[in-house]
Amino acid sequence: MSRYIVSLSPHEKGTYTVERVMWGVVIALLPSFLASIYFFGIRAVAVTAVAMITCIGVEYFIQKFMLKCEVTAFDGSAAITGMLLAFNLPSSIPLWEVVVGGIFSIGIAKMVFGGLGKNPFNPALAGRAFMLASFPVDMTTWPIPIKTSMLWAMGKTVDGTTSASPLGLLKEGIKAGGNVPEIFANAPQSFDYFNLFIGNVGGCIGEVSALAIILGGLYMLYKKIITWHIPVFYLGSLFVFTGVFWMIDPNHYADPLFHILSGGVMLGAWFMATDMVTSPMSVKGQILFAVIAGVLCGSIRLFGGYPEGCSYSILIMNAFVPLIDKYIKPVRFGKEVNYG
Amino acid sequence: MKLKTFKIGGVHPPENKMAANSPIEALSLPKRVSIPMNQHIGAPANPVVKKGDDVKVGTLIGKGESFISANIHSSVSGKVFAVETVMDTTGYKVKAVIIDVEGDVWEDSIIHSGALIKDIKLESAEIVERIKSCGIVGLGGACFPTHVKYMVPEGKKLDTLVINAVECEPYLTADHRIMLERTEEIMVGIEIMKKALKINRAIVGIEANKPDAIAKMEKVAANFPGTEIQPLKVQYPQGAEKQLIKSVVNREVPSGKLPLDVGCVVNNVGTALAIYEAVQKNKPLIERVVTVTGKKLSKPANYLVRIGTPVDMLVEAVGGIPEGTEKIVNGGPMMGKAVSTTEVSVTKGTSGIIFFDKSEARRKRIANCIRCGKCVSVCAMGLEPYLMEKLVEKSRWEEIEKLAVTDCIECGSCSYTCPSSRPLLDLIRLGKANVNRIRWERSKK
Repeated sequence: MSRYIVSLSPHEKGTYTVERVMWGVVIALLPSFLASIYFFGIRAVAVTAVAMITCIGVEYFIQKFMLKCEVTAFDGSAAITGMLLAFNLPSSIPLWEVVVGGIFSIGIAKMVFGGLGKNPFNPALAGRAFMLASFPVDMTTWPIPIKTSMLWAMGKTVDGTTSASPLGLLKEGIKAGGNVPEIFANAPQSFDYFNLFIGNVGGCIGEVSALAIILGGLYMLYKKIITWHIPVFYLGSLFVFTGVFWMIDPNHYADPLFHILSGGVMLGAWFMATDMVTSPMSVKGQILFAVIAGVLCGSIRLFGGYPEGCSYSILIMNAFVPLIDKYIKPVRFGKEVNYG
Repeated sequence: MKLKTFKIGGVHPPENKMAANSPIEALSLPKRVSIPMNQHIGAPANPVVKKGDDVKVGTLIGKGESFISANIHSSVSGKVFAVETVMDTTGYKVKAVIIDVEGDVWEDSIIHSGALIKDIKLESAEIVERIKSCGIVGLGGACFPTHVKYMVPEGKKLDTLVINAVECEPYLTADHRIMLERTEEIMVGIEIMKKALKINRAIVGIEANKPDAIAKMEKVAANFPGTEIQPLKVQYPQGAEKQLIKSVVNREVPSGKLPLDVGCVVNNVGTALAIYEAVQKNKPLIERVVTVTGKKLSKPANYLVRIGTPVDMLVEAVGGIPEGTEKIVNGGPMMGKAVSTTEVSVTKGTSGIIFFDKSEARRKRIANCIRCGKCVSVCAMGLEPYLMEKLVEKSRWEEIEKLAVTDCIECGSCSYTCPSSRPLLDLIRLGKANVNRIRWERSKK
């Protein structure tokens, strides 16, 4: 008599798997990667490759030789960490520093806590924060996109090929007592919305082109990897927060559109705040998480010491996720009803 | 027009309704039937026949004596071979009456003809009594004794009968076929149910993936005032009682309460047909439609099968178990039970027999939870499966109770959708059982 497998229901299984989710995110990051090659050339490829190889390699090494457990280094999650870490670095960064950042991201921020799904902080952002503290100069010197640098070298004089990012220039300018329209007018590059949108400005590898990031984000929405709540509420809250101050004093504060198009918020809102592992489980919790992160990011940008606050805003909110999950619960069926 | 559906959670598994176009065929009589005494929720029936007794089709062989229990009738004529303990579809040992089939002689009281009888002669209380004596249970799969639902306690205001013709389980097509082939009888059955409940409004919920059934039912329903057909958006688990009520009348049954508390009674469309036969023809529940299907099966089919027929006979009828079959499920793929052998018999709750091959039968490797939140977003009861799973692993029952684990309807959407293939529902069931045990112990103090 033949025997059959007996298991509890359900006997049907969906096609949504960890690998599909993770490699789906990698695919969604490709437009930004292509944009980065266009703007920063072969250095962008080198930094991204080194970061990805380091992250996957460290996870493999730890699982294979230290933990001696099943190796899941190729499930795509380490690849995303590597890619996002690289996208948060200037293309001129020395490659050995990228390796150090990758080791920290995976080794300390992820595997120490138990690997995939157990890390409280986004590993790529933790790696970036570690690198920013360790190599402050290399981390804040951005090459100007290749094409622009040639164009504008004809008109104005510049020293070398590096500069601060739009946000950095803004911060420095305001500290020196300037006002916003003047700072923008004297900038070595044009910071108009078009350049900010397509990414033709100084900045980290993957963060400059809002267009490419939004394309990737829409792909993730289409594939149901993320929902729209976190990106929309994060950017919306930053927009409203900076908008209020801009309306109060447009000479001292930049306009809200500039804020959501510049710096790392696009990348952060679509790819890092939405990191499943480090964001709340319920939709209401996600909205709260995103709104507060947006306000934090705006506060750091307008009043903090750093020009950019995106990565810290997300890291800080990551720490609040367990608390949010404890108190913000999904809407229960039959709960809201009067028991009569 | 936007189709109605429920608002919280839900998934849409591949429908795989391969047997939808196969008309119902009556399966030939088996040589021997084994009729278990616990085919329903509640106390098992007590056998009232003994070895050597002669029985006819429709003879009472098991009497349901507790409040929640149901009568059981012989589905064949012949001689009782034994009353003994056998294994049922769930693998438990149960008492069963085994009958050797001789001919096909029906009890004289049963009207054994296909003619439609529209006139309802019985009064409300008599109908409920008939439903009880004929051993009618819910044919959606849970097998709750139907007469219990019809004993409405004093003071409960009832206004709507909801007929569950959703058939949201993939693969299954038994309800779909009876709606196409026995439409009038179902409609009269609904009239009988309305009369028994003393209400005038009935709504039949049908998912939009059965347009032919919707069209046919709408056409016939035009002659039956007070009975509406409500097409619904395809979404699992719409056939769950609470979700269906939400979909068709937009009322939410409060946690821990019954459909009665929002003025509804829910019955399966198959039950409507069984009630028609019981009341108009005095025919007990002795047969049902079973879908036999599977991706590798050359001719998926719907059979009208006598209760107690060995599953082996169904397998033979479709040409044997397909090559490579590793799992056989009794019921739908989302909530049905896997059986270890085909030697079990068809019961009142057997809505389908499905064959799964190697690629579908085994569970996938369990990975770490990536906190994607899918289980939370698909849970039709708005629970937190990921959290309950973690708490069950640590045996923290009191906390699980606070998370309303007992609200779980075990639809399996969480396990279905989990990208890490975590056994969410398995552990939630364990949590539920423990919470119920703790509550029972508490009530004894």
